[in-house]
Amino acid sequence: MALSYAIPTVFFIVGAMRLKSPKTARTGMWWIAMGMIVGVGGTVLLHPDIPWGLTIAVMAIGSGLGVFIAKRVKMTAMPQMVAVFNGMGGGGAALVALDSLGHFRSLGAFAALIATITLVIGSISFSGSSIAFLKLQEWLHGPRLSRTVQATMTGLGLLLLLSLVSLRIANQPVPGLAIWIMIAAVFEGVMLVIPIGGADMPVVISMLNALTGLAAAATGFLISNNVLIVAGALVGASGTILTQQMSRAMNRSLRHILFSSLAQSGTGTPGHGDLDGTMIEASHEDVAMLLTYSRNIIVVPGFGLAASRAQQEVRQLMEKLAGHQVGVKFAIHPVAGRMPGHMNVLLAEANIPYDRLFEMDAINQEFKDADVALVIGANDVTNPAAKTEPNSPLFGMPVLNVDQAKKVIVLKRGKNPGFSGVDNPLYTRSHTSMLFGDAKDSLGKLIQAIE
Amino acid sequence: MSNHLITEGYIFILAMFVGFLLISKIPPILHTPLMSATNAIHGVVLIGALSLLTWTHGTVDLTIALVAVFFSTLNVVGGFVVTDRILGMFHVRSDGEQ
Repeated sequence: MALSYAIPTVFFIVGAMRLKSPKTARTGMWWIAMGMIVGVGGTVLLHPDIPWGLTIAVMAIGSGLGVFIAKRVKMTAMPQMVAVFNGMGGGGAALVALDSLGHFRSLGAFAALIATITLVIGSISFSGSSIAFLKLQEWLHGPRLSRTVQATMTGLGLLLLLSLVSLRIANQPVPGLAIWIMIAAVFEGVMLVIPIGGADMPVVISMLNALTGLAAAATGFLISNNVLIVAGALVGASGTILTQQMSRAMNRSLRHILFSSLAQSGTGTPGHGDLDGTMIEASHEDVAMLLTYSRNIIVVPGFGLAASRAQQEVRQLMEKLAGHQVGVKFAIHPVAGRMPGHMNVLLAEANIPYDRLFEMDAINQEFKDADVALVIGANDVTNPAAKTEPNSPLFGMPVLNVDQAKKVIVLKRGKNPGFSGVDNPLYTRSHTSMLFGDAKDSLGKLIQAIE
Repeated sequence: MSNHLITEGYIFILAMFVGFLLISKIPPILHTPLMSATNAIHGVVLIGALSLLTWTHGTVDLTIALVAVFFSTLNVVGGFVVTDRILGMFHVRSDGEQ
């Protein structure tokens, strides 16, 4: 029987090894899923006294709903869905802990401590993920709390949470204590995520993922089950790595994102002088001509592309240009989407082969040899001021070397600066031409002009 | 009992190391499927929720445990199905295409 817990562990690790390459990743995921089935099956065999009818009914409803959501969700909405599932995992862990704490006498002091930790982490992950979902879905816009109010409420909440937890550790018989701890932790989760804005979402999603992993591992300690410990540790490690990589790609520390997100909004003064130069507007025909006479083009997609649902048009353009012997590559910045790796999935969904997608470090040297850099709905990640202007708020953020291409074409919705409010001096350079308008529209006209 | 806990601590720390080594090798192109796969993995709390069901007494306890089962099943099943869907979208260029 213990084997049914050893096998899943091996399956999880083999599966994670196979996630290294797009060719083996799909089977890798099935290794992990098999591990899960063996683990759950083993639990079921070990505990024959479960109320079967109810449990199977609940699991059937859960699976049905899970499959339904997973089949229907749009790839642009993946971050929301990850947030929902994160919340479910965290909530599940919190409820397991809550139920264990309910059995007050049967738990030793140490087990009670672990249960309390599980309850706190799980609840924070549940409410934080719920808020992240609401914000990503744009059903909730951050309430305009002043920074002091925000900090005070978070601080008081933390104080309350800590005192409730210490009451629990001191083994004080307060009625409903576990419920109060849960409520305080839920409140902290809300306060933590509510001030964080859209561009920081890749970091927040990764962090909540890591947190839920730790909640699962804590549940493993609570019920003395190694499968949960190993699985939770893997998720925790993965979430931590992604959190680090995402904050590095935005050149912002995690602390900065979590605690000073309100301070940075609306600062866009540095770099303003550069935009006194005029932007050169090009016609679709000119750009079409330029593209067909180029030998190699690097496309730089940003979230603006996904927002106007222009992925199919990008693929059509790529195919049309292939007919003119033009090589097209895609340069993907780590934070081009709303979650880690998001842009790759959005382009893969539009049938753009993944061997044309290049990460920033792999392609940054190639811009200087590129005939044209075609920027579609990306802004801050192309801003050369991040390399050269110490006064720029973006200074130090790794950016794509778009400015080194022989010619730069920027497809942009309007003349406003981007999400961060920082001007982009790329736009006024003499070798840059602008195509204003909706990305889908502009690309459609480009394709027509090429024909 | 405390020996047991120390062993579990070892396992946790070793698994963290293995996780760091394995996951840092995964290229950024696969970060979304990685995240949705790990997202499914933490639904492993389903095992916790199921084992809870064996010693729940009373309606409140049972309800809490069943909600936990519901949450984590949704998490596991949905997570794997969507990861498979994403990974199915990654293609290499077809033959003959430049």
